[in-house]
Amino acid sequence: MKEVLIYKGYERFWHWTQAVLIIFLAVTGFEVHGGYSFFGYENAVVYHRYAAIGLVVLIFFTAFWHFITGEWKQYKPTPQFVKEQIEYYLLGIFKNAPHPTKKTVLSKLNPLQKLAYFGLMVVIIPLLVITGIIYLFYRMPSATNMNPLNLTNLEPIAILHTIGAYLLVMFVIVHLYLITTGHTILSNLKAMITGYEEIEEDDDHHKKEEKKV
Amino acid sequence: MRNSFLTVVIFAVLVSATYFYLKSPEIVQTKLEVLKENYSKPRDKKPVDHSKFEVLQKQFNSPQEVVKTCMSCHNEVHKELLDSPHFRWQRPVYENGRGVTYLGKANAINNFCIGVQGSEVSCNKCHASFGEEEAMLAIDANAENIDCLVCHDNSATYLKGNNMNGFPDKSVDLAVVAKSVGTPTRDNCGVCHFFGGGGNNVKHGDLEKAQFHTTNEIDVHMADNGGNLICIDCHTTENHNIKGRLFTVESSNTNRVSCTDCHTELPHESTVLNEHTVKVACQTCHIPTYAKVNSVNTNWDWSKAGKLDANGKPFETEDSLGDHVYKSIKGTFEYARNKKPDYIWFNGTAEHYLLGDKISEKETLLVLNKMNGNYNDEFSQIIPVNIHYAKQPFDPGTRMLIQPKLAALAKGEGAYWQDFDWLKAAEKGMEASGLPFSGKVDWFNTVSYWPINHMVSPKENSLQCVDCHNSENSRLAGLNDFYMPARDKYELVDTLGNLMILLTIAGLFAHGSLRYYFAKKQK
Repeated sequence: MKEVLIYKGYERFWHWTQAVLIIFLAVTGFEVHGGYSFFGYENAVVYHRYAAIGLVVLIFFTAFWHFITGEWKQYKPTPQFVKEQIEYYLLGIFKNAPHPTKKTVLSKLNPLQKLAYFGLMVVIIPLLVITGIIYLFYRMPSATNMNPLNLTNLEPIAILHTIGAYLLVMFVIVHLYLITTGHTILSNLKAMITGYEEIEEDDDHHKKEEKKV
Repeated sequence: MRNSFLTVVIFAVLVSATYFYLKSPEIVQTKLEVLKENYSKPRDKKPVDHSKFEVLQKQFNSPQEVVKTCMSCHNEVHKELLDSPHFRWQRPVYENGRGVTYLGKANAINNFCIGVQGSEVSCNKCHASFGEEEAMLAIDANAENIDCLVCHDNSATYLKGNNMNGFPDKSVDLAVVAKSVGTPTRDNCGVCHFFGGGGNNVKHGDLEKAQFHTTNEIDVHMADNGGNLICIDCHTTENHNIKGRLFTVESSNTNRVSCTDCHTELPHESTVLNEHTVKVACQTCHIPTYAKVNSVNTNWDWSKAGKLDANGKPFETEDSLGDHVYKSIKGTFEYARNKKPDYIWFNGTAEHYLLGDKISEKETLLVLNKMNGNYNDEFSQIIPVNIHYAKQPFDPGTRMLIQPKLAALAKGEGAYWQDFDWLKAAEKGMEASGLPFSGKVDWFNTVSYWPINHMVSPKENSLQCVDCHNSENSRLAGLNDFYMPARDKYELVDTLGNLMILLTIAGLFAHGSLRYYFAKKQK
């Protein structure tokens, strides 16, 4: 076992900023959606708008970072070991079986994570961002010049945005739980805070696996 | 580490730049302070003092004599008056389905005392003329019968008499009135417009005698301790053409007074609020309630009129607030005070039921002034209205609303308020209107829409987001042709979404518990 830097400074900054923004967007967003009062309706609307713009800027920078550093390859989904990973969560985890794949600097996501984050990035986030931007610039039918999008009905946009929001909340809940499934209960969390995690020394078996990937 | 620090800095700069870009409005706002200052300047400086004119230093035997004297200097102004709705009770308009037509009190049926025809002796009290025959006549009317004084008296002593055909009350000293003339004050306008429908605040709900002198809480514009504006500050007037539209007797989106005339198109500091003005009229949020001091009439049932007391005399009954619930001459009433307005879409055009129109067989509730508008209409805004219901006399033979003769000086002329005979009153009234009458009187339910524009509240009292944006008791619950956040939800999405979240949590809890159980067992 040795301590390696598995999450670089920017990644950690990105992760935690995104985490805060998403939770904040959920709290303000569901207040706008109706049902409870926390920030006050107008504040919730305004905060939600600013946080949304912040998130879009962050996503833009992060996409840039991933392409420049080549880290985006980490998220490329692969069918390999998906079955093993599912079996691990359904059975192996209870028997204290080893993780079916090893975490390394070059492959820090397990196959299910890759699938999940890929889905998040390809489906949920774009759904929320696109409907959100339309929502943000949506102006009601008007003879004034405040109507860049000229949509006549907000309803489908609002419904899709709400669906995206529910999916993201579910994602966050599962994500929070899966933090505890690392090497120890807190090792994943510690890694995302400090950047360092104890991982097993490279061995022959693992090298083979990497080649496959 | 340095790199990530740099990223944080760049990111922070970008975010704050976006924030300030969005926050700073591009158009300079007209500051309320500027308006307040403009309207604090004294407005009673006049270029002339009529009390010093030689021609006015005398006793006048008739009001026409005063008017003749006015015209000795103002020798062309009568032409403006003879062509104005204040004199003609109508003006040419374009109305959907009717084309160019005349519209006004002269031919529109209203939901209160119905109409003028046959009852001029009483109605002329609020007509800027003297004498019956001038009431409906147009350009060629005798200019000496124009009542300049009712609008221009500044002595606060001029008063038109009851049932005097528009002539001043016997108590009026015309010499005093003539020397006082000047621009109209709140008193001049209010003496008619506050009492429409036969009593204070009966018609409008947002215009009543309390506004002669009121407080900021009631009306920020007219309040003595507020703007202290007079009517013509907003209803600006040029050549006796007074700006402003009331859509019970108007039909086009022109010559309207708008809040934005003074307050600009972007009056709020908040962008979110400014965006609302695209679809929400200022009045909707800024007049949370109307009829704040005295009640407004909301329902008038003519069919119940005519009960007489034991001596065969008409009587009246009042409720605890002093509002009439019954009058033998008029029927039953319902009133409301501190009322929350109803809300409708309105694009600035309206269509009217006019005297003599036939009501279709399908109709069960006749809309006297149909206010056009809907969500998808780009000119439409949500406005507050007083919706007034009535039951009016109706001729089932001709399928027309009946214009009954209501007022007369004596019994026997067929006036309902004297003789209490609907058949006679209908016959006389329809005759005066030049319309047929089949000899039968039935009743028809009618409704009219009264836009609420006055009694603007201090901004602290304006509606808050959640007054409309909530699913329980939204003020806009009745406007269902659009999606509104918080008021509207797609139930399936919310139900499924919440269910999935609960199932996820339950599943994870089970998973976690099993892990804990097996971990313990292994030890």
